[in-house]
Formats: sequence, C-alpha cells, structure tokens
Amino acid sequence: MFKGKFTDNLPKIYGVYTGGFLVFCLLMALLESNGVSGKTIGVLFVAFTVAIYAFIGYLSRTMQASAYYVAGREVPTVFNGMATAADWMSGASFVAMAGGIYFGGYTYMAFLVGWTGGYILVASLLAPYLRKFGCYTVPDFIGTRYGGNLARFCAVLVLVLASFTYVTAQINATGTIASRALGIQFEVAVYVGLASILMCSMLGGMRAVTWTQVAQYIVLIIAYLLPVFWISNKIGAGFFPHFMLGDEVARIAQLEQEFGLVKNSKAALAAHPETAGLKSISVAHSAVPAGAMAAWKYISLVICMMVGTASLPHILMRYFTTPSVTAARRSVAWSLFFIFLLYFSAPMLATLSKISLMDPNLPTGIIGKSISDVQNIEWVKNWMAVKQVAIVDFNGDGILQLNEWFMRGGVVVLATPEVAGLPYVISGLVAAGGMAAAMSTADGLVLAISNALSHDVYYKIINPKADTAKRLMVARVLLVVVGIFGAYIASMRLTGILGSVAWAFDFAMSGLFFPLVLGVWWKRATRQGAIAGMIGGLASGTAYLIYVGPKFMAMTPWLGIDHLRFGLIGAPVCLILMIVVSLMTDEPDAKTQAMVDEIRIPSGNTVTGN
Amino acid sequence: MASKNHEAHWSKTSGLMKVTLALWFFFGYVIFMFGTDLNNFSFLGYPLAYYMTAQGSLAAFVIILFWSTGKQQKIDEEHGVSDAGRGE
Repeated sequence: MFKGKFTDNLPKIYGVYTGGFLVFCLLMALLESNGVSGKTIGVLFVAFTVAIYAFIGYLSRTMQASAYYVAGREVPTVFNGMATAADWMSGASFVAMAGGIYFGGYTYMAFLVGWTGGYILVASLLAPYLRKFGCYTVPDFIGTRYGGNLARFCAVLVLVLASFTYVTAQINATGTIASRALGIQFEVAVYVGLASILMCSMLGGMRAVTWTQVAQYIVLIIAYLLPVFWISNKIGAGFFPHFMLGDEVARIAQLEQEFGLVKNSKAALAAHPETAGLKSISVAHSAVPAGAMAAWKYISLVICMMVGTASLPHILMRYFTTPSVTAARRSVAWSLFFIFLLYFSAPMLATLSKISLMDPNLPTGIIGKSISDVQNIEWVKNWMAVKQVAIVDFNGDGILQLNEWFMRGGVVVLATPEVAGLPYVISGLVAAGGMAAAMSTADGLVLAISNALSHDVYYKIINPKADTAKRLMVARVLLVVVGIFGAYIASMRLTGILGSVAWAFDFAMSGLFFPLVLGVWWKRATRQGAIAGMIGGLASGTAYLIYVGPKFMAMTPWLGIDHLRFGLIGAPVCLILMIVVSLMTDEPDAKTQAMVDEIRIPSGNTVTGN
Repeated sequence: MASKNHEAHWSKTSGLMKVTLALWFFFGYVIFMFGTDLNNFSFLGYPLAYYMTAQGSLAAFVIILFWSTGKQQKIDEEHGVSDAGRGE
C-alpha cells in the first residue's frame, strides 16, 4: 500500500488516519447508545488520541541534527500549513476564543483579525528569507546576520521570555482538560499533560512534532466544526451556519434590548463569591462600541497581535522545514487557510451558544425562565457542581435575568454541545480537540525554547566542538528540563489563560520584530543597532508592563495602552534605537551585505549551508 | 555585489510587498476605523462591521496571501531565480 518515499505517501497516511479517527468516533457513539457512561467515553477519547500522537512521536525518532532541528527540510507545503495551524492554535484559541467572543463581542474579535492578518507580515517580510538563510533557530539568524555572541544571546533571551510565558498557559490547559477528562487532580494532571507533550517531541524533535501536529490539526478541526454544523442544523438556524446566521445575530440584538444589558457592580459581585472568575453578558453581541477610544482599543490590539504573530519564534521556525523558499512562502498561505477554518467558525459558535441560551422560543433557552426550573436542568447542575456556572437572583423575582446568569468563558466551547442536547460523544470529541490544540502548541514552544538553548547557547556559544550525538543529547535533556519547569509554574496557577497569551505576543514584538525585519530589509542595520534595539525594546516594554499590569503597579494606562498592549511601547523603542544606533556605527562589512543580497534570491543553496 | 538582474528582481519583490501590505492595511485597519458607520450596512444579513471582523477580513487575508505568493512566484520565474519544485 505504501511504496516509495515517506513524504510521497503523506496524503494516503493521513487519509487513513482521518478515516480511522472517524470510525473511532462512530464506535464511541455506538458505545454510548449501549449505555457506556459519558465519563468512560471522555477518558477513551483523550487516552486514544494521546496514545496515537505518542506513537507517531516514537516512529519519528531520529539521531540526525537536521531531522531533529528542521525535520530534514522535507515537509510538503500543505502539510506544513496544517502543522503550523496546530502549532498556532492553542488551548486558548480552541477553548477560550468562542467564550471570549461570547462575552466580549465586537472588541474581542480584534483577536481574530490580529491572529490571522499577522501571517501576511510573516509571508511578505520574513518566512521566505529566513528559509533561504537556512538557520536552525530564530536566534541563529540574528546571530549570523549581525554577528557576535551578544546579539545571539539577546535573541535567545527574548525568545525564552516570550515562549515561556506562552507555554505555561498551554501546559495549564492540557492539565485542565486532562483533569476533567480523566477525573484526576489538577496538580497531577499538569504532569500527565507534560508527559504526553514530551512523548511527542523528545525522540524526534522537529520531525516528530511536525507529524504529530498534522495529526492533531485533523482532530482539532473536526472537533471544532462538527458541533458548529450540528447545533446550527439542530436548532434550525441553517445548514451552513457561516453564511446563514444573520437572522440569529439580529435576534440576539433584539433580545438584548428586551432583557437589557446590565453590568453588575463590583460590590454586588463581591457579595456573591460563587461568581468569582465567571462572567455575565454585559456587552452587545454585534454592535460596534461608539467613540474614537473604542476604535483605538480595537485597532491597537490588532497591531499587537499581528506584529507579535510575525515575531513568535515557534511559528517562524515551522517555515524552516519546507523543501524550498517558494514552498515556505506558499505554506504560510496554507497555514492561514487552515487557521481561518477554525477562526471564522468561532463567532458562529458564540452566536449559536448565545441564541440557544437566550431565546425563550427555543427549548434550550433559560434566560427569562424560572430559576428553580433552570437549576434542575441536568447540564446546569453538572457545571454548577464544578463551579463553572452560577446563578444569583439579584432582584429576587425568581426569574433568571441576563445579568443573573454567570459562566466561565471556556464553558461556551465545552458545554454548548451538551446545552444544545447533542450526544455525549460530541463532548468527548471536543475534549480531545482541546487537548490536541493545547498539546500541539506546547510542543512547538517547548521545542523552540530548548532548541535555542541547545543550538544557540550550548553549541554556538559554549561548546562549538560538540559532536552531533552530544548536541542532540543536550537538546533532549533541555527539552525535559524546560517542560518540567513549565509544568511546575503551571501547577502554581499564577495567571489566567488569555492574559499571559497576549503577553507573549507583546514580548516577542518588543524585542524581535524589528531586528528580524530590518535584518532582511535594511542592509545598513548593524550589530550594535540590533543589540540596542533588542535590549531597549524588551526593557521598555517590560517596564511598561510592570507599570500598568493590574497585578503589579496597576497605574492608569497611557492612551489606553494597557497590559495586553505593552508591545506598542516596546516595539517603537526598539525601532528607534535600532535606526539611531545603526546610523551612528559603521555600516556592516561587505561579507554581511553580500549575505543579505543572497537571502533575497530564492534559488541557490542556503547561506549557512545547513 | 548584486547583479542587474538581481536588483530588478528585488525592486519588483519590494513593490509587491508594498502592494500586499497596503491591502493588508486596508482590511486590517482602515475599515475598522469606521466600524460604527459600517454597521449601518449589512452583508448576508449580518451587520457589516460585525461581518468583517468575524469573517470578512479573515477571508480577505487568505485571498491576498494566495494571490501575493502566486505573484511572487511569477516574479521569481521571470528573473530565473525561482526554486519552486526543489525537493518535491
């Protein structure tokens, strides 16, 4: 059945895999109809998919540096697109995005625009040139283009800071899902999640991560789209929800008028500790908030997410794995397409979830019903028991008002199938999808960090004479150490999922965006300029974060630039320092300039020879 | 030093980059400066600004990127510097 090169057989292999996964889903549905409990099905879903990923990780084991760092540069365009999409879409995208839209409305959807538009920057400004350069890691480019260990080390510093803020959130998410699906304590589940993540990456590095990420993308996209289509058809909203929910959006706006959008006061909430961490709907679903400040809040968030996207090393390094420069560029477009499939569904899921709960004409509607009835609904009872939803009768009329119904953001994705009355097998599928999303991102991040430490710090700075076996040994040990450290931080539950995810983008854009872009597009950029830019950008961004961060000094943000947008301070500082210092120092030598000329041409060998 | 051909290739590449980023800027920023006004119009039954942030701009980015990468490949081929097909 499978003849010839492995990469020639990929469509067949993943076709069989997808078919097998669908058969598995049907089997679970069959078990459910024969009376097997929902809990068992959830365990089977998560355990089965994780076992498959681990198996792929084992099959992809390698002892070669180029396979470990860049998957042997043989990942075809479309498959690299899928792997990048899985690398990109984190636990936050999968679990928290629809919930964020549900509660945050229009302004929150700035994340959708920012997290897709950034790929245009990646394709136009960076990916093809970094591929031609032929580096193993992102700091490898900085170190060679600008020369010197200090520039390399600064890039490693930014990479570690950005990726590490991101990875703890992902390990946290795997822990949350594993603890719910397997019914174990969160503090233990974090390490179960970590073990699954390491099984996918330790033996085969980038090669193993690539092929598991493709498998994870397939699971997560099925798990996201199936419920959206199913619910939409079930409540009669339209067979293709993306183009047919106009009436529902209008109906929600009308219901918001009827029920009234009330923002609960802090004092009222403080009197009811069960609402801690939960939210009620207080923002319009589709209306645009008025005023220039509101527009600026939206646009500034878009800037940070777009520029941050183009600076995140775990994404950029995915484009080092393609066979050619043309393929790298093309595969950015495919990545965006595969990401788009999920992102343009998230607002639809939020809409369906909201209409299901709000519309009194639907059997699932709960707003405006009697509170004692609502408290007896099965799914409400279940989620209330784990403190994910709460009801407070503020006005004491015994009727559930819109501002009296509280949910955690993640519940929108995790509970909507149950709310709409879909079989439990769908909830199991969604858990497996969330696990796939969080694992794939965590894998990419842990690998980005440990590769930078092993390749750039150990091999290039500390011990340039190390042989391949030793380098790969160090890489694997660092992978485990970074993972354990991340899991340890995650187990302490320091931050909520989204706060820290946005920070990763701001750190990356503060320190890396301009050194990378100008490294390709401005020959005059010098080592001193890049170093000043990286240090100055990172330092000023971080200082501003500490100044406005609600958990730090909590000062009033300047021009609405709050802790989610601190990259807007760091990146301009980085740019100005880079230009000023570069112009004050001697222009780069002829060899460096020739290297820049070389990376601008797709054909020919890579600059580094790797 | 870069040859004449390479310089011509790079100036076309830079030109395409600027056009691509202009389109990107329009769909990513310009339309959202007028969100409140756009919502008075509708598309597929959705308020227009809501539609653009939920789907429209996202779809525009996908189309822009496929168009732009296709165009870049043509530029590379015209100047004989394409590496398409390597290792495939």
